[in-house]
Amino acid sequence: MVSGKRVVITGMGIYSCLGRNLDEVAVSLRAGRSGIGIDPQRTEYGYRSPLTGLVERPQLKGVLDRRSRVCLPEQGEYAYMATAEALRNAAIDMDYLEENEVGVLFGSDSSAKAVIDAHTTAMRTKDTTLMGSGAIFQSMNSTVTMNLSTIFKLRGVNMTISAACASGSHAIGLGLMFIRNGLQDVVICGGAQETNYLSMGSFDGISAFSVRVDDPTKASRPFDRHRDGLVPSGGAACVVLEDYDHAVKRGAPILAEVVGYGFSSNGVNISQPSDKGSYIAMQRSLIDAGLTAMDVDYINAHATSTLQGDMFEAMAIDELFGPYKTPVSSTKSMTGHECWMAGASEVVYSILMMQGSFIAPNINFEEPDEYSEKLNIIAHTQEQNIDIFLSNSFGFGGTNSALVVRKIK
Amino acid sequence: MTREEIVEKVNNFLVEEIEIERDLLKDDARLKEDLKIDSLDFVDIVVIVERNFGFKIKPEEMKDVKLLSQFYDYIEQQLSK
Repeated sequence: MVSGKRVVITGMGIYSCLGRNLDEVAVSLRAGRSGIGIDPQRTEYGYRSPLTGLVERPQLKGVLDRRSRVCLPEQGEYAYMATAEALRNAAIDMDYLEENEVGVLFGSDSSAKAVIDAHTTAMRTKDTTLMGSGAIFQSMNSTVTMNLSTIFKLRGVNMTISAACASGSHAIGLGLMFIRNGLQDVVICGGAQETNYLSMGSFDGISAFSVRVDDPTKASRPFDRHRDGLVPSGGAACVVLEDYDHAVKRGAPILAEVVGYGFSSNGVNISQPSDKGSYIAMQRSLIDAGLTAMDVDYINAHATSTLQGDMFEAMAIDELFGPYKTPVSSTKSMTGHECWMAGASEVVYSILMMQGSFIAPNINFEEPDEYSEKLNIIAHTQEQNIDIFLSNSFGFGGTNSALVVRKIK
Repeated sequence: MTREEIVEKVNNFLVEEIEIERDLLKDDARLKEDLKIDSLDFVDIVVIVERNFGFKIKPEEMKDVKLLSQFYDYIEQQLSK
């Protein structure tokens, strides 16, 4: 077990296709409600699949000033909503932020619409000034953290982590390290993902998406034998990480403790996952936490509903957790693949389960294949106490992250 | 377009798009100091003027435009060309 300061979560927020806040999302998770639907613009644009998570755009006029809004891309709006909720729950207000140094680390790996919109304007007008003042701030990969740090007046560590579909998870892992090592007392961590049709065309182009358009809520079916690809989705999730002693001293609510972070890189193929790499990340997170596989009550799988990804993850989970038949579900069955945000949102979803003593279902898991049949996959909502969970996130280029979170007693 | 129409159009976009309070829009209002229009806001004003009046503001021509009334004058001059 790595020594250092204990790191707890004192606030969290979520804005996704399952709901616009923690309460709405908790209800959706327990009900096993899918947030997937059809985006007709995708068909018109030339997508192979029009399926997507349906996320409502927040109305921020009257909430944020014009300058803040002009610089915020779609995923930045979601990140603002999730962060505002997390800070409220952590009992951190603007006075606190002015008097104390707070950092921000978010996972994000694109801002495609802003780039494409600016390019379209220049092609039409032959004049870059007409892109407007927000285009540069919306286009940069660090757009989410540059906006959050400005809006919330943050003065601590400030950067975006780009690690494909593991971005949000690595952001939390790195936040853990900053606090554990005594470099920061509080770091706002999370992930944000755009859902506009301009952002996912090239991903659709490699035939990664499900084409089960006749019944969108059945399209995302991780671990099921009849899965035919993932469904893209998005939104934002946020957790406020804090040094345990600092949180106790200021009387903050303590939701859970982040006890382990494991990472690895497959070093094999740009798109193909690996059971070995996944196993190393999970094992490393347990060692970091000073725990063993037997201690874990629930695994929130990365499983996105792709043939290969789910297979390799099932092999890795079986190898590490096989004897214990640890309950497993992929909330992506309901949300679709929230990509850059997923590693953070799935920690939030799992803490909601921990708080409500239930396991959210892996909906659409109807028939296992030869790999998933070895796992204890929870297909229907199950009432169960969760003291410790592990959350997996894997991304293109073979980047892997696993987080272990424990209930505070 | 009459001077009154120009004033109304400019004031409307300053209120609706740049979100300046209408009460501040007086002829002698200073663009920077009173209306708080900074260099980034000005980029958006260039975009809005192009959309509303069909011409592109040239920054070098705005050097001596300090007051709102001078901004109306500038637009009027450009439209009369």
